[in-house]
Amino acid sequence: MTFEGPREPSSLVLKLNVTVNGEETRLAEGLNIVGLLDSLGLKADRLAVEVNRNIVRRADWLSTALAEGDRIEIVHFVGGGSTSEP
Amino acid sequence: MGDSLTIAGREFHSRLILGSGKYESFELMKRSLEVSGTEMVTVAVRRVNLTDKSKESLLDFIDPAKYHILPNTAGCYSAEEAIRTAMLAREALDNNWIKLEVLGDERTLFPDNQGLLEATTVLVKEGFIVLPYLNDDLIVARRLVDAGAAAVMPLAAPIGSGLGIQNFTTLRILREEIREVPLIVDAGVGTASDATLAMELGVDGILMNTGIAGARDAVAMAQAMNYAVKAGRLAYEAGRIQKKLYASASSPVTGTIE
Repeated sequence: MTFEGPREPSSLVLKLNVTVNGEETRLAEGLNIVGLLDSLGLKADRLAVEVNRNIVRRADWLSTALAEGDRIEIVHFVGGGSTSEP
Repeated sequence: MGDSLTIAGREFHSRLILGSGKYESFELMKRSLEVSGTEMVTVAVRRVNLTDKSKESLLDFIDPAKYHILPNTAGCYSAEEAIRTAMLAREALDNNWIKLEVLGDERTLFPDNQGLLEATTVLVKEGFIVLPYLNDDLIVARRLVDAGAAAVMPLAAPIGSGLGIQNFTTLRILREEIREVPLIVDAGVGTASDATLAMELGVDGILMNTGIAGARDAVAMAQAMNYAVKAGRLAYEAGRIQKKLYASASSPVTGTIE
């Protein structure tokens, strides 16, 4: 007889495969952008977020749930005059 | 002095615009900005480093109450990339100004004129205030003005080269021919005299980054550039003497003792 251990709450199951800033990673299903930034330890100000090449406006972060295969870019500002080396 | 630089209806009391890159530390950058007297600072848009979030944030060292922040599209090699970057910058900062770079070559960092024109046209339509970096080409400059650019920013020499003004003739021509928007020399300034010489040509402003950030003593160079830009502008407005081949005595020729 097989015995299944206690089921984990679904929020801890990382089933969503996405790419964030070029890195493949797994997220919890139904995670929205606010949740993503939170889980990455990022403060929300002076940032912009793109999902699949579309900028998601700050006002829509809470209501935008991430989906399987999404390519997410999170950008901020760094020092730069005219094109500097990376 | 009461002489100010107006871009897109916004007044600046310094004709020096600085970049924020290549400083040894954010603190050094902050002090350099202060002594330079600048009122506008460019910043670049890049991915957040997800593995090293302990890093300090650049914008914590650039007080938005003191400096107008000018995002740029540094590192963009196509109109599409530049447009995308500009949109991201606007979203992140709620600021519709953009210093537009669309590059065509990695070694020279010279602009891709076609991409530049395309990106300027699109971004102007999208409501951006566009300040494009270009080479000293009058025809391109005119097209950018027609497309709605708020200024034109010709290079003096390759970005970061420190070679100083390599193109006095074409810059002078640009200065005479472009009257509708400010003309700001961007790129190539290496030391104070370069900045002064540019201002003496009658350009409206100068943008520099490496010349200060890369100097042995960045803060001292920032101070030098502060003076240099002011000196050049004053000299231009003062109306210099003509150049003559032969001497012209400064003291009376009569009344000498015999």
